Amino acid sequence: MAKTYQAGVKEYRETYWMPEYRPADTDILACFKITPQPGVPREEAAAAVAAESSTGTWTTVWTDLLTDLDYYKGRAYAIEDVPGDDTCFYAFVAYPIDLFEEGSVVNVFTSLVGNVFGFKAIRALRLEDVRFPIAYVMTCGGPPHGIQVERDMLNKYGRALLGCTIKPKLGLSAKNYGRAVYECLRGGLDLTKDDENVNSQPFMRWRQRFDFVMEAIHKAERETGERKGHYLNVTAPTPDEMFKRAEHAKELGAPIIMHDYITGGFCANTGLANWCRDNGILLHIHRAMHAVLDRNPHHGIHFRVLAKILRLSGGDHLHSGTVVGKLEGDREATLGWIDIMRDSFIKEDRSRGIFFDQDWGSMPGLFPVASGGIHVWHMPALVTIFGDDACLQFGGGTLGHSWGNAAGAAANRVALEACVEDRNKNGAEGLEKRGGDVLRAAAKHSPELAAAMDTWKEIKFEFDTVDKLDVAHK
Amino acid sequence: MSEMQDYSSRLSDPHSRKFETFSYLPQMSPEGIRAQVEYICSKGWNPAVEHIEPENAFDHYWYMWKLPMFGETDVDRILAEAEACHQANPNHHVRLIGYDNYAQSQGTAMVIYRGPIKV
Repeated sequence: MAKTYQAGVKEYRETYWMPEYRPADTDILACFKITPQPGVPREEAAAAVAAESSTGTWTTVWTDLLTDLDYYKGRAYAIEDVPGDDTCFYAFVAYPIDLFEEGSVVNVFTSLVGNVFGFKAIRALRLEDVRFPIAYVMTCGGPPHGIQVERDMLNKYGRALLGCTIKPKLGLSAKNYGRAVYECLRGGLDLTKDDENVNSQPFMRWRQRFDFVMEAIHKAERETGERKGHYLNVTAPTPDEMFKRAEHAKELGAPIIMHDYITGGFCANTGLANWCRDNGILLHIHRAMHAVLDRNPHHGIHFRVLAKILRLSGGDHLHSGTVVGKLEGDREATLGWIDIMRDSFIKEDRSRGIFFDQDWGSMPGLFPVASGGIHVWHMPALVTIFGDDACLQFGGGTLGHSWGNAAGAAANRVALEACVEDRNKNGAEGLEKRGGDVLRAAAKHSPELAAAMDTWKEIKFEFDTVDKLDVAHK
Repeated sequence: MSEMQDYSSRLSDPHSRKFETFSYLPQMSPEGIRAQVEYICSKGWNPAVEHIEPENAFDHYWYMWKLPMFGETDVDRILAEAEACHQANPNHHVRLIGYDNYAQSQGTAMVIYRGPIKV
């Protein structure tokens, strides 16, 4: 029966609140944490979010009747309490897959976190999780290479990769910068990193940095007999400039380049990931600006969603946080998004903040990168938390060694290998508690490690109490 | 705080060459090697032995010693194969690999006998 056109404003819930709806396997599902304006019923607020992030607008228009809106609309299908917080609630919304262009995280998130986040009927809105159906995942390029291919290219097996961000992050000349890279790599690190702030400033233009850094890599490879790399940051003001820098890195034989996927933009990132796949170059991804989006518990986008965006858009490494040195509770949530980066299937697990099953099919996983404020005493905890499929980056923890970068690098490498050897022998369980003894024993044959342990204070390897995430109970 | 030391790594010194996982630790004891073989078996990986002249260790492809020992979980038999490879090639690095056929990668790889370095 055809509908008739009636101008005017309808309540959203008449159209977009569908508690009887059972999501299809092909639907894109979203979990929002909604803080409604006072007096707005939950169902109306949830329906408003579903409407404004899909087909709806504030009033009925005659052109609605030229299409099948009941097919295309987003459907709010469930509501749950947020434990311990009565100001907000979770709303679950299902979107039919053909609302979105294939292979475009740009398009998906223009809808899901577009106008709706400024919508007046809600005080605050946070996108907690998104389930991408396998049918949509397979339209995306994903990581250019992934963990398995990177291990084969770099010949690194049975342990985490070791990296370091070169400091000071601003102000070094290209030649002095290359010196710092060389010292780290000859001492035993696998990879070094441009700081995200380093693009192409007047004190060090990108071309000279790339040239000197590649000389450092080649020399360190000949000297150590191991494969090395440096994340050459190609983040640039325009896509053309970004690709120009990437092309030069390729001409120099660079094994890996780097991009900032949020400030650089998802469009540029997806294009660069495709270029990296075509050209056999690994892609390290930094996440500047993520905390603007993911830190507020009531408003924004949770990092687990940003991690899914990046896995679809493409990158072989993504910064994940370190757990150690941070607040309690981060550990479980971090373990959740580390799984999202690495595994092929992640089950719903509210204890890790994961709201949906996520099937990545054959899409490769990527390395989580633990970086920031870590040193040799953290190594037992890092090996326990991250396992082997991670990149551990010690910036100050390498460059701050009292004998310089090479000694700092060697200290970290010895500490990592000693922890891995012990873990293989005695199991991961208890490594954090055995850690002090393991490191002290290793330091007996490594003066570099002994000096590092002397410089940085021993930390306790105990993480007995862990804060709870929002755990749904209904 | 101990006296500052120079980092003695040189292009001209073959002793400066490393060979990936565990090459920054001292040569493993027989008990240490056994523990690593047990680890590979416990992970369900397929053990394999490779070897090469130390000066060619940078190459991706080393010489395979026979075939990977698919399904082998007897630690003594695996150790005996590694030892046999070492006896037949006393001047080579001998590498123990655990092939992870689910990840389609090597779960681990480590040099367990270090060939003498010619200076």
